[in-house]
Formats: sequence, C-alpha cells, structure tokens
Amino acid sequence: MTDFLKQNIGRRAVLGAGLAGASMLAMPSILRAQDKSLKVGVYGGYFKDSFDKNIFPDFTKATGIAVEAIAEPTGEAWLVQLDQAAKAGQAPADVSMMSQVAMLKGQATDLWAPLDMAKIKNGSNLIDRFVNKYPDGRVAGIGAVSWYITLVTNTDIYKEAPTSWQAFWDPANADKLGLLALVSNSFLLEVTAKTFFGGTNALDTEEGVQKAFDKLAEVKPNVRLWYRDEAQFEQALKSGEIPMGQYYHDVTGLAAADGNPVRSTFPKEGGIQDSGCWALSRASTKVEEAHVFIDYMSQPSIQALLSRKVGTSPTVKRELMDLTDAEFAAVSSDIEPIIPRYDLYQTKSDWLNQKWTELIVG
Amino acid sequence: MRREAPQKLSDYGPLFFPAMMLIVFFVVPFATMIAVSFFQRQQGGFYVPAFQFANYERFLSLFFANVLGFSLMLAVTVAICCVVLAVPFTYLLTRMKRKVQIAWLVALLSVLSLSEVIIGFAWSTLFSRTAGITNLLVMAGIMSEAKALLPSFGAVLTGMVYQAFPYTVLVLYPALVRLDPTLTEAARTLGASPIKAFFTVVVPALRNTITATLIMVFIFALGSYLLPQLLGRPQHWTLSVLITDQAIYQSNMPFAAAMAVFLVLVTLGLVALTVLAGRKGETA
Repeated sequence: MTDFLKQNIGRRAVLGAGLAGASMLAMPSILRAQDKSLKVGVYGGYFKDSFDKNIFPDFTKATGIAVEAIAEPTGEAWLVQLDQAAKAGQAPADVSMMSQVAMLKGQATDLWAPLDMAKIKNGSNLIDRFVNKYPDGRVAGIGAVSWYITLVTNTDIYKEAPTSWQAFWDPANADKLGLLALVSNSFLLEVTAKTFFGGTNALDTEEGVQKAFDKLAEVKPNVRLWYRDEAQFEQALKSGEIPMGQYYHDVTGLAAADGNPVRSTFPKEGGIQDSGCWALSRASTKVEEAHVFIDYMSQPSIQALLSRKVGTSPTVKRELMDLTDAEFAAVSSDIEPIIPRYDLYQTKSDWLNQKWTELIVG
Repeated sequence: MRREAPQKLSDYGPLFFPAMMLIVFFVVPFATMIAVSFFQRQQGGFYVPAFQFANYERFLSLFFANVLGFSLMLAVTVAICCVVLAVPFTYLLTRMKRKVQIAWLVALLSVLSLSEVIIGFAWSTLFSRTAGITNLLVMAGIMSEAKALLPSFGAVLTGMVYQAFPYTVLVLYPALVRLDPTLTEAARTLGASPIKAFFTVVVPALRNTITATLIMVFIFALGSYLLPQLLGRPQHWTLSVLITDQAIYQSNMPFAAAMAVFLVLVTLGLVALTVLAGRKGETA
C-alpha cells in the first residue's frame, strides 16, 4: 500500500515539478498574513504541488485559516514520526493524508483524534466506505482522495477491450502481462478473490488466502514483467512490448489522450480502488481548524475540482457533483470497485509477503 | 628513500582523518546494522530493541538459500566474464599508441559516469522486440522475425558485465602497463607464438592481479539491485532486491539487516577462501 503511494509520487513528482516553484514562492506570504493556521501533511511531490496550487489558497481565502503544507515522506516513515512525536506531545502536522494501512496502524496506538461529525456538515456527502472508523465507532479519518488501478491494454495488439480480470488467466496471453511486483500494491489477491471466489471475503481465512495464491500461481506463465517502477511498464505498454497489465486509470487515460495506443478498462468485477484519508493527530491543538479543513475538503465542488485538476476519483457521491460523464469516466466508474483488504496487510503482512515472494520468485 | 616505522604519536597524525571517516561512515553504520539485525520486528509497526535470532532463523530456509546461491553464482559469472574479456583487451590496449590508449580510457571512464538506471533502460530497449537489435538482424535477413531478448538471464548478465567492465579494465591497466615487455620478447625469441606467450608468460605473471580483480568485480556485482529487476525475471532477482523489499516496502528493518549481515559474512568467507587458496598455490 505505502509503496504504491511512493511509486505514485515518483511519477507524479516529475509531472508536477514545474508547478512547484510558483506555489512555493506564494506560500510564505499567505502564512504571515493570517492568525489562524493549520499544518497539513500531504504526500510530497505531485500531490503537494497540486494542493498548493489548486486547493490551499482558496481554502485560506474562504476560511481565513492559513495552511502550511508539509511534504510527507512516503512509506511508513511518516506514521512512525507522527506516533513518536505524539508520545512527546508534538504534532509535526495537525492533519495528514494517510494510506489505509497507516490508518489501521495508527488506530492501534490511538494516534488519531476522534473526529466530531457534527462539525463536518459535508460528511453526509461522503460514500460510506470513506469514513474510517475505530472498532468502537469513533471516526478516525475521512476520505481525502482515491484512485483506481484497472485492466489496461495496448489497442494495436488488442483490438477488442477485455471485459474481465479473467483475461490475466487466459493461456492466449502467455508472456504478455505487466503486473505490480508487491503483494501490498498490486492487490491481486483481492482481484483473484473477487473474480473467482465470489468476493474479497474469501480471504478471511488463511485457507482462503492460500486458495487465492494457488489460483494466482496460474497467472505466472503469462507475466512478462513484475514492475516496481511505473515508467518501465508504462513505456512497454505504449510500445506494445508488454500489451496488457494493471495500471493507474487516470494516467492511462492521459497517455491515451496524448495519442498513445493504450486503453484502460473497468472489468466487470470492478477496478481496484485505493485511497487516502485525512486524519488528525491526537497531539494537535488545532482541533477546530482541522474540522473546518476536513469539512471544506468534503464539499462536492472541491472533490469535483480535485477530479478535474489532480485526476483523483471523488470520495463523495456522484449525484452531488457537477462532473460531466466524460469527466467522471476519466477518473472513476459506476461499477462496484474492488476494495483492498487493508486489514490483511496490517495483521498478516509478513506471512503474505513471504508467500507472495515465494510465489513469484520461486 | 628509506621507509621508517612511525616513532612518535604525531607520526600517526596523517592517519587520523581517514580513520575518522572510516569509523563514521563505515564502522558505525555497520555496527548499527548488526545491532538492528537482532531487534524484534513488530508487524504493523516498526521494531523494538531486543536480542533474538528470529530474523536469522527466518533466513535459514531453502527459499533464501536458493536466492543467495543464485546471487553468488551471478556475481561469480559476471566476475569471470569481465576478467576473461578485460585481460586480453587491456593487454592489447597497453601495446597501443599513447593517443589511442587515452581515447579508449576516456571512453571507458565515460561509461562509468552512466547510472545503473540509464544502463538498465538502454539495454532493455536494445533487447526489446519493438525497438531492439533483433530488428537489425531481421533487416539483414538473418532472422525472420524480431523477438524480445529480455527478460532473461543473458540480458541480466550482459547488463552487469557492461557495467563492471570499465572497472575491471581500470584495475588491470596499471599492472599491465608496468609489465616488463622483455618477458614476452624472451618468450618470443625462444619460439613461443604471441598467443602462447600471452598464456604462459603474461597471465601467470599477473596471477595476483587477476585474483584481486576477480574479487573486486565479484563484490561489485553482488550488490547489484536494479539491473536484475529491469532485465530479469523474478527468479533472476538477487538477494539485494529482496533486502530492499524488506527494508523499504515492508518496513522490516531487522530482517533486512539480518539478510545483509548474512550476505556480508558469506562474501567475506568466500574472499578469505580465495586468498587462502592463492597463498597455498604460491608456496606449492
């Protein structure tokens, strides 16, 4: 999960690099002018640059709260830093954008201050799964952004778009696939469970996971590339060297818009939807401001803006937004998504990682 | 000039700076790594100080033995390929005119300036079906259809040999330049062909240099992490790839550290064996 984010940013950092200069020059002046302020942690690179440019200045104008954007290091380093700092009563950032696995790990140490939904009026706009709750029902975080990993193909080689993830298992596609190299960022166990075993609930037991691994082993002869580096697969997909695989929906759409022979398909079993949450450190003293911020970010108009400008899939219900069909299709789909089983990557991560590595390396 | 052993404390002065650097940038990090390798991993968290062997126990399995074995085999193969190519190459190079030598050395040094990423992507393009060298063979009528030469063991090996070759030449070059030309001349006047003279005079005279070069390239290749990923299949991934997976993607520092310590120990053991074998060969 976290590594997925890391890679995401690596690619996006390049795209967004040009935007960085202007926004960095603009920020300090805004900070000085305001009394109320909030430190917001956002994944460094593309996300931070886009938020600095498209979101934070308007937020400050609308609410009078200055935002100091903090570039979060990727991986779990930020979670560890927040946790250690909270133990010392410090908050390096008040609100942070956190991966779903990091949300669960933070819950384990009560790191996230419970959010008061009465103060987040726009919370009712959210799709239910984007409200992250403690086991006892307190709200730990609110969905910030989400994105899809879908079935992508080269249109020169595949004239017809595949309709199901089952295409990965088709013997006709021998040595033609490019898949993500890690169990925790490819989410292929979930895909296998949804495609062949009726849903991700099939992964509840170790036997169920084992069955999914066994089924997944049949894909191995079809895989040409297990990639960690996005650029490697994107290049090979465009050239037709590796004509099928899993990749990010929005990026594939952009590549197709640039005239490359690629397409992204939402299989009938659904695309893989991954997401990040806004969460408030329990050491933060800016509780009021944090609620205002999260409420602001949950407005349909802001989620629509994010879809248009940043390419993320909205966390609020579609009917509340003014996105056109084309704009919505560029980032999302009405097909029920495959939601990763983040709990597995928290409780069984070492076991899953070992089985996965043995599966693809062995 | 006679070399004297240092007499006073101040005679050791010039050693102070390199020793400090070595301690700060090698001894301390390495000791930290050894310490962490005994720490306890907290799944879903980070790690806590402890003293346990669980990380080493996990490593002692057939799976990791195979990966380790492959990594060592790959590094040895790269070392042998590099030396087999580089010794005759460097020998011929030292017999050339000074200007030609400089041109070659500058070209080799410029290869060193390329990062592993660039080398990896360049070879993956050269070996691809859509834009690779097989297209040239098809044009020349040698092959009927372009095909991909990667991912494969050959592609990994080519990339790594390409990367290590300049180092090999640069290590061999000083020894070969200093090689007394009268040795080969004597062999020639006694009737040996140039090739026979090369194998019976030049190679034995350089035995220690060649051994040292083999060890250097071996260690250099053992750390390779990117090229096996870019050019190989998962079964061609080295232990370094799995160490990185654990350290960066799984946040399992203790296990990553244990694997790294193990790799270092095995490497040192192999190097010691090689040196020992070399000494025995000399006394015999």
